[in-house]
Amino acid sequence: MRGNTIRLAAALVLLVAASAWAAASLWLSLEKDGIHDPRSPAIAILQQPAEALEPLPRDTAGNMVNWVKAIDSGAINPRTNVLPETVVRLREDDIIVSKFGSMPAVKFPHRAHTLWLDCANCHERLFKSKIGANRLSMMAILNGEQCGLCHGAVAFPLTECNRCHSVPNASLRAPRPVP
Amino acid sequence: MRRALLLLALAAAFAPAVPLAEYGDVVLDKRSTPNGVRPVVFPHWFHRIRFRCKVCHQELGFAMRAGANDVLMADILDGKFCGMCHNDRIAWGADRCDLCHSGKPGVPAGIVGGAQTSGPGRW
Repeated sequence: MRGNTIRLAAALVLLVAASAWAAASLWLSLEKDGIHDPRSPAIAILQQPAEALEPLPRDTAGNMVNWVKAIDSGAINPRTNVLPETVVRLREDDIIVSKFGSMPAVKFPHRAHTLWLDCANCHERLFKSKIGANRLSMMAILNGEQCGLCHGAVAFPLTECNRCHSVPNASLRAPRPVP
Repeated sequence: MRRALLLLALAAAFAPAVPLAEYGDVVLDKRSTPNGVRPVVFPHWFHRIRFRCKVCHQELGFAMRAGANDVLMADILDGKFCGMCHNDRIAWGADRCDLCHSGKPGVPAGIVGGAQTSGPGRW
């Protein structure tokens, strides 16, 4: 009897957690999102998140949209500039940082970042453009500084550790010379 | 039974909260409420489908920090900030007050998109 009760309770716990998770993964409509005034005349005119985001490549966090894939797949092609004289800059190299720590090293892809951002958004104030010149700190990042200026606010959130910490440290060590 | 109730209560306490607003939504209210209009809701998701970050954060000069930009209607009408596009040519013009000033009265300013880290000290 007691065993049955526990089993039932466990099932209910799973059900509650699953339904909460499912609810969290949906896009709320504007009138229910807690920040729009449901009585505003804008509600009937503005585009709803579900309508705009549903056709885009899925992700598991943030807007539930893989925004880099959205550009790469051609699903969207956001404008790169509004001023005709603006030089659109793209850089394609990867930088490996935070090597040999307790976490896998971080691969910073310039391409995914310059697809969206200009060099000057990060350089030289936020990050120096010199390998080794930046003291990165997870504490600062969690505090909305450095990478955390965007990651956790508009870019994929800081719960996605392994998307940045993606390079096994072992793969960075020089191979042992063959005896 | 008591244990079942306890487990249920625990589940309710630790279940992920349903996020309010879309990830990256910004409420701007430096000047709206004091001037008797609704706060502005800026949806990042809507804009980034159409423009890359660099357009607003480089060409238009919006600082990448909620609260760091002092956006005046006079500047917008002058073609600065939002007014670079919201001019009836690229997007609706500044005469469509309600479309941007659509926030719930009293909603606090800042990024409110339910960052899944439950929030750092400062955005």
